[in-house]
Amino acid sequence: MSGSALRSLTPANGLRRLLKRHPALLRRRQSEPLPVILDRRRIYILPTGFGLVFAAILLVMLIGALNYNNNAALLLTTLLGATTAQSMYGAFRNLKGLRLLSIRAQPVEAGQRLVLGLHLQGSGRARIGLSVRSSPGTTQNFSVLPEAHDDIEYTLPTERRGWLDIPSLNIETRWPFGLFRAWSWMHPAARALVYPCAERTGPDPDPIADEANNAPKPLDEDDDFAGLRDYRPGDPPRRIAWKSSAKREQPVVRLLLSRDEQQPWRLDWQAIHGLDTEMRIRRLTRWVREADATGRQWELRLPEQTLGPDQGPAHLHACLQALALLP
Amino acid sequence: MNDRPSQRVFDLLSLTVGLTILLHASHLRWWLTLPLWALLGLRWYGFRHHRPFPRLLKLALLLVLPLLVIGYYGNLFGRLPGSALACGLLVLKLLETERARDVRAAIVFAAFTLMSALLFGQQLWLTVLVVLALLPALATLVTLQAGSTNLALRQSLLTPTWLILASVPFALLAFVLIPRLSSPLWGAPGADTARTGISDTMTPGNIATLLVNDSPAFRVSFDGPVPPRAQRYFRAVTLKYFNGRTWYIARPKPARTMSRPKAQKLLTKGPVLGCQITLMPTRQHLLPALDMPLKPVPGIRFSFSRTLWRSKIVGSLFRYRLNSNPEYRLGTHLSRRETRTYLQLPAGFDPRARALAESWRQAAGQRSWAIVQDALRMYHDDGFRYTLLPPPLGRNSIDDFLFNTRAGFCEHYASSFTFLMRAAGVPARVVGGYQGGFYNRLGRYLLVRQSDAHAWSEVWISGRGWIRVDPTAAVQPQRISLGAGVANAGTDAWYQALWLRDLRNRIDIVNRAWDQAVVGFNALRQKSLLTNFGVDPGNWLSIATALGSSIAVLFGLGLWWSLYETAEGDRLSRAYRKLARRLRRLGFQRNDAEDPAAFLDRVAHQLDPSAARHLQQLSRQYRKLRYASIQAPSSLAIRNWQRDARKFRPGSVVK
Repeated sequence: MSGSALRSLTPANGLRRLLKRHPALLRRRQSEPLPVILDRRRIYILPTGFGLVFAAILLVMLIGALNYNNNAALLLTTLLGATTAQSMYGAFRNLKGLRLLSIRAQPVEAGQRLVLGLHLQGSGRARIGLSVRSSPGTTQNFSVLPEAHDDIEYTLPTERRGWLDIPSLNIETRWPFGLFRAWSWMHPAARALVYPCAERTGPDPDPIADEANNAPKPLDEDDDFAGLRDYRPGDPPRRIAWKSSAKREQPVVRLLLSRDEQQPWRLDWQAIHGLDTEMRIRRLTRWVREADATGRQWELRLPEQTLGPDQGPAHLHACLQALALLP
Repeated sequence: MNDRPSQRVFDLLSLTVGLTILLHASHLRWWLTLPLWALLGLRWYGFRHHRPFPRLLKLALLLVLPLLVIGYYGNLFGRLPGSALACGLLVLKLLETERARDVRAAIVFAAFTLMSALLFGQQLWLTVLVVLALLPALATLVTLQAGSTNLALRQSLLTPTWLILASVPFALLAFVLIPRLSSPLWGAPGADTARTGISDTMTPGNIATLLVNDSPAFRVSFDGPVPPRAQRYFRAVTLKYFNGRTWYIARPKPARTMSRPKAQKLLTKGPVLGCQITLMPTRQHLLPALDMPLKPVPGIRFSFSRTLWRSKIVGSLFRYRLNSNPEYRLGTHLSRRETRTYLQLPAGFDPRARALAESWRQAAGQRSWAIVQDALRMYHDDGFRYTLLPPPLGRNSIDDFLFNTRAGFCEHYASSFTFLMRAAGVPARVVGGYQGGFYNRLGRYLLVRQSDAHAWSEVWISGRGWIRVDPTAAVQPQRISLGAGVANAGTDAWYQALWLRDLRNRIDIVNRAWDQAVVGFNALRQKSLLTNFGVDPGNWLSIATALGSSIAVLFGLGLWWSLYETAEGDRLSRAYRKLARRLRRLGFQRNDAEDPAAFLDRVAHQLDPSAARHLQQLSRQYRKLRYASIQAPSSLAIRNWQRDARKFRPGSVVK
């Protein structure tokens, strides 16, 4: 009994217990499930530079009042000093009890800015003059008012496709006077999907190669002329509209309304040759987007799975997610 | 990121700066304050319309301001030039305020300038105004901090108001405990401030600025009954040397002789009147005393004519005790040299007045008192007028006054009367001091304002000694019987209207309390107060302990407040949580999926039968209260549940 009590009192144990009780002592990196609640043990507070300047001025005022033996000025100085010192509690209370209930995110293409909707709640009190910051990321000022239910929009830069772990969020406030900075870290266990970035230009997908009708059809005979567009590398030379191109600086190609316009596309990973993995993904992504934009059905064949043929936003999302999560 | 402060921030900042200049306006010159306000208004308009202030003009102003201050005050340091410079720089700072950082700097500087306004006066109203001016200053910071959040003006003012109110105990504690300096660290505070009150010279006409000054001169509390108004003569100074224009304490001497003539002998009769006088700072040595003071107080000495003289100037609120006796005989014997002194008159001035006095002397002979009567009769009957706005007097000022203008106030009468007495061979002197005052019944003290300043004469009658004669009373009896306010009515500004003056006299008790509790809280009072609380004022450790422990207590209170969270949910939820906390101590934890009642049921299965029954009962009732009716449960039912929950005893736990 006494042995175990003694053992539990070793410095290492004590430190461990202290850290368990006060996780703020260590910058806790492991993420935590939502909701994240800021309790008093994880709020740091320090005076700001402005706070230090203010303290210096207060000291000058104090010495001046004492030197001139002026009690009214002294009373004013102590009142101002006490008020500004009390503002420390204001900063602390502004953070304490703040909850991050949920994070909402619309998937974006890699390279675009991901807009997170942070649902924060202030347990009935208005919390004004807060800011959220992360690395990487921007600084966003916000307030949590009891009557308002809008999410706080916070944008993150994205670089790679796939799951983006929400970084540790630094929630900070200098309310009410800017003399003290209270801050805390939130490590929400949440992630957002980043779609692959579509290739900008490239050839259209091959039409579905029917097993029965394998030979490529001569295009010009059956298809109707639908317009002109700029030449992209990879366009077949016979589609170039030479007459029209002669008048322009850029060559243009004829757009054709194919007879099989509403035929589903088969977008096959294996059918793309001569590109590395990322470029393949980007090309498939562009095709998926184009197929969705033209309102046709498509089928996506990836090394491990096949999606579709289908159409609509759910199919689009499923395809883009599958592409995003390719190894 | 756009760092430009919002219009609301700039509005509040401009308001703060405008108020700061206003609080300094009383001692700054109008040619400084008015352009500063104009510049402030211009800048405010410019900020509103996104027009930056011309850089060249800004630079020019920055150069002109110190030159202006040096040109007028002679230097840049000291209270007056310092405050002028500070106000000017504050406005100049606003000219270049385009970022949040500038706003903060301006607010810090404004707070400092606001505080320095109190170096020119410590009145209660001024202090209250300065504290009120802190509100827009702090509201500026609050609004700045709120950023893009649109804060209602009310809220940005309420936040600092609450904080200021909450910090009053802390501020008072610090005020009481912060050790006072026994001697200033630098400078002679207040050397550049004009002396106030009765001075040691008198030129007829120059007291007029005092007579319209309504600030308190001193307050008197009497041990016994209050003397009637006609007896309330407070002597401050006697003037015996006249140069034709001005009366002086003594003849100017090339080398000042250090001989101090002893006070003249005083014989008294009747009861002694004890009183305590609290004198506002005058920056002079003179102390007013109720006619006629008996014993000198340590540190204060009597002059030859029994006026009080303090060796140090009265630089802060000064309190002293006095015993006076209204019935007295002073200086029944006058030496020849003294007689000569009190008959001194400048040669070559005022021939007509001399001739008039000569005629009186020839008619009365040695009967000095008859000459006094003659003079008073003349003042009463010959059309003399009491006014605070007398016409100017020529070189022969006494002649001019007695035979031409015949209009003036106490100084003119005292001066001409003394002149006539001396010309007629009666030793006489001018006395400067205060007369009258307002008796505050609630506070049981007499308030004497600067406007109660008065001048009268004392004549020496052989065998009787010095006798007080007030020629003003012969002209304007109300001055003595009703007070300066009534006598001056008609020449006063609107704000000195009689009813207003009366009101202000009555609420002066607040000012007195302020002066006693705050302004007069000096090292001595601090010492006695601390000793009462068992703190040894001489011991730094003891003071530090007191300061430290009380700060710790207040800090703890603040911490408690900031940790305190109003409980969420209704009364039933709170009662339920209390029960759940007790169950948690036994090791039962509610799952996230469990509803409150189901949790109680689950726990009940692990308790002994009676406790289980109790808990099941609670669970049933909880369900009923919550879900049985669409209406909210009655408070009686909730209270019953709360009571039952409190009675719950778990007994032994069967795991």
